[in-house]
Amino acid sequence: MNLDLERFHKTFFEESFENLDLAEAALLRLDVAVFDAETINTIFRAAHSIKGGAATFGFSAVAEFTHHAETLLDLMRSGKRQLAQPDIDLLLRAVDTLHGLLGAARDGSAANLAQVAEVQQALEAALSRPSVVPPAATIAAAPAASGWRIRFAPKPDLFRSGNDPLRIFRALAALGELRAEPVPQPLPGLSAADPETCYLAWTLELDGAATLAEVADCFAWVEDECDLAIEPRQPAVAEGMPPPTGVNVVALPVATVRAADTVPKTAEVASSIRVGTEKIDALINLVGELVITQAMLTQLAEALDPVQNEKLLNGLSQLDRNTRMLQEAVMATRMLPMEAVFSRFPRLVHDLASKLGKQVRLVTVGEQTELDKSVIEKISDPLNHLVRNSLDHGLENSESRVAAGKDAVGTITLKAAHQGGHIVIEVGDDGRGLDAARILAKAREKGVPCGETMSEAEIYQLIFAPGFSTAEQVTDVSGRGVGMDVVKRNIQALGGSVELASRPGRGATVTIRLPLTLAILDGMSVGVGEEIFILPLSSVIESLQPLPDQVKRVADAGTVVRVRNEYLPLVDLRDWFSLPGARRPPQESIVVIVEAEGRKVALQIDELVGQQQVVIKSLEANYRRVRGVSGATILGDGRVSLILDVAAVVRLFSQSIAA
Amino acid sequence: MTRILAVDDSPSMRQMVAFTLKSAGFDVAEAEDGAVALKMAQAEKFGLVLADVNMPNMDGLSLVRALRGLPDYKFTPLLMLTTESTPEKKMEGKAAGATGWLVKPFNPEQLVGTVQRVLG
Amino acid sequence: MSIAAGNTGPVNAQIAAGTPNEFLTFTLGEEEYGVDILKVQEIRGYDTVTRIPDAPDFIKGVINLRGTIVPVVDMRLKFKLGSAEYNEFTVMIILNIAKRVVGMVVDGVSDVMQLTAEQIRPAPEFGSVVNTRYITGLGALDQRMLILVDIEKLMSGADMALMDSHSQALQ
Repeated sequence: MNLDLERFHKTFFEESFENLDLAEAALLRLDVAVFDAETINTIFRAAHSIKGGAATFGFSAVAEFTHHAETLLDLMRSGKRQLAQPDIDLLLRAVDTLHGLLGAARDGSAANLAQVAEVQQALEAALSRPSVVPPAATIAAAPAASGWRIRFAPKPDLFRSGNDPLRIFRALAALGELRAEPVPQPLPGLSAADPETCYLAWTLELDGAATLAEVADCFAWVEDECDLAIEPRQPAVAEGMPPPTGVNVVALPVATVRAADTVPKTAEVASSIRVGTEKIDALINLVGELVITQAMLTQLAEALDPVQNEKLLNGLSQLDRNTRMLQEAVMATRMLPMEAVFSRFPRLVHDLASKLGKQVRLVTVGEQTELDKSVIEKISDPLNHLVRNSLDHGLENSESRVAAGKDAVGTITLKAAHQGGHIVIEVGDDGRGLDAARILAKAREKGVPCGETMSEAEIYQLIFAPGFSTAEQVTDVSGRGVGMDVVKRNIQALGGSVELASRPGRGATVTIRLPLTLAILDGMSVGVGEEIFILPLSSVIESLQPLPDQVKRVADAGTVVRVRNEYLPLVDLRDWFSLPGARRPPQESIVVIVEAEGRKVALQIDELVGQQQVVIKSLEANYRRVRGVSGATILGDGRVSLILDVAAVVRLFSQSIAA
Repeated sequence: MTRILAVDDSPSMRQMVAFTLKSAGFDVAEAEDGAVALKMAQAEKFGLVLADVNMPNMDGLSLVRALRGLPDYKFTPLLMLTTESTPEKKMEGKAAGATGWLVKPFNPEQLVGTVQRVLG
Repeated sequence: MSIAAGNTGPVNAQIAAGTPNEFLTFTLGEEEYGVDILKVQEIRGYDTVTRIPDAPDFIKGVINLRGTIVPVVDMRLKFKLGSAEYNEFTVMIILNIAKRVVGMVVDGVSDVMQLTAEQIRPAPEFGSVVNTRYITGLGALDQRMLILVDIEKLMSGADMALMDSHSQALQ
């Protein structure tokens, strides 16, 4: 009944892609030295689920391919097949292949049959031999202080089988030095306690060279009567249980470390429903319209007598509050944690580090920081490029690092945090850092315009100039320097900014600042001629009416305004927007000081109208990009008002004055 | 002195177990099937019972179940001596109330080691 | 009069492929034009238009169409036809073309006409204000002659300056 089942296809594909993501993340977490039953089970269940669904809905190619992976995982989870890195890598390739297969099935396009056949054969081959662990290159790390940490929590009925935890501890103590500490937990009072029930749980530390098998053996009889977790005490370089072949297995050093402030969430049973993004977007549009209508009502009400219309005005004020809250709540539905973006990087770093022959660890901080979905979608590519860049050009290989007295394993850090009305994202590495002299030289060589005296920050910004690249060899990993200027442009298109900082020899950090959402802006409305323009409040520093002696003309360059000890270029918005009407001298107008990308400019306007939150509307949807304008909004009276692109003004004018 | 009860329908097996444990300083009594063992267990309190699984009159699992029903044997270590070590068999034993198992064939050192672990 | 030989190729092909035959007609200067009714979203008066900097003079600016920002082109200015007045009679046709909404100001809107294939003739090589590449044919009904315009192609053209160059490339 093919027709009947088709309605489930969409859900099947969504689930399957989610399962693939889960499987991939779990595969990357696996450490061959530790038999992490739960993680392996997660991967198995993911494969099992995909296979089942594929078979049910008639996607036989998917089902058949998945079957092989599932078999391998089943052996692994039951302990019949020892964990080995080649298997994990093969399963990662299987995940990729499945991605392609599922996508082809969903879109009705052709799958990459060659890849499918190749990986499937590899899976079959792996299944036909027992897991072979190749001698892995050992890292020059300090010999591990071995030992085990054991969490042992007997079930209450443990005594009834005649077992006794003390017996187990004695057996463990025969393997090495044992320290046992009860886990603090609430105990019943002596009179209420049942002597036949086990209330206690312990954390045990066992020193010595006992193997996992020997430790596990002590708990053999009580396996199903307790919660047990056995962990090696030196996780990074653990010499796990000696494999049958007698070869020492050393874990490859790609681990994702979570910083202390983000606790990995265990499966939260949160109730949720799937909602299509079109529905959310429609909702946001409607709320936007509501905001505009409410602003219009408020404006009309200003003409009313407050005494006679007290109730109406109170009502409107209440409406204002309610609308604001509704707006915030609706915007929040589109907020997703940065995790959505960060999650693809462990895989990327793993694969790329492998390809480049470098040792890299990835640290992520602040994955729970939330950001609007539309911004998240657009920040993904720039971040991708920056991480690749760090990996490719920033980080040195192990020999160079060790020679420089650094840890052989390089670190890339991805950080996200809220700061005021913005989100700050950092991509940092502890590599060789930026060489300002070299950058300047290269810029001059490439004909990139540079000032006579540039600060270090300004020199670093040259990296974002089009056509720039200081890589000794241009690799196909991060491109020919066409990347960085596109990265900066993309970030600016989001209303954000990007800065570079570096300590030569110690590393470099790229800091991206973005508005939390693309749709709403806190604006200052200003009047110029007949028009009203909106200035993003976050760029406004102050406004003033300059005194005649503060205004100076600079030959051939324009006018500057002296504000305290700074001379700022003056931009008459009438000129900028080619508006009709007579020009007024600055000292008879109002000047608003704005800042973007670390530079300031003074804007001449006719009057300050007010401050309000505006819903940003796209000009480009039906028209095209307009120079100096970052968007439009609809005012309370229904008029369209243009939003000034402060960064564009700053860029154009501060350059011309500096030159 | 803790007394051990060894239950097995194979005389040679019984004798091997008894001899090994006595040499290690333990006090051991023998029974040739579950029914006899149960009677003996009711007459005196043993500190440990080692029982084969396949026996006539009353097999090992039934013996363990019966013993667990006796107030004196609620927490007594009861070990199965079994040729099979499949997870299913182990589950069966645990379900009946057994403390653990020893897989045949075992050598004397393993036997003594396990008993010493259990009895302290 | 039957369809003349010579320039019949493209027009025939279009008619054969199911040319639209319902047209909204409007006046611009001395002539009457017709556009595919399916491309017309609505007809409005001329209301507050916000100027856009750096735009050619025939792009008057943008309007707020129920929450969407829509650019407005004054066809009278674009084709340099007499004086463009804006009063209560000024009419704007809101078009839905190439997934965009665009408004155009004309002299006046007439009516909706149905034309059969026989009533449509090939376009002349010259003589019209609008470039012949945008003209799909001439409609003849009673005494009227309608210049049938491919309004989507016209509005997407580079000289209309409504779209970024890369969107034009996709046309």
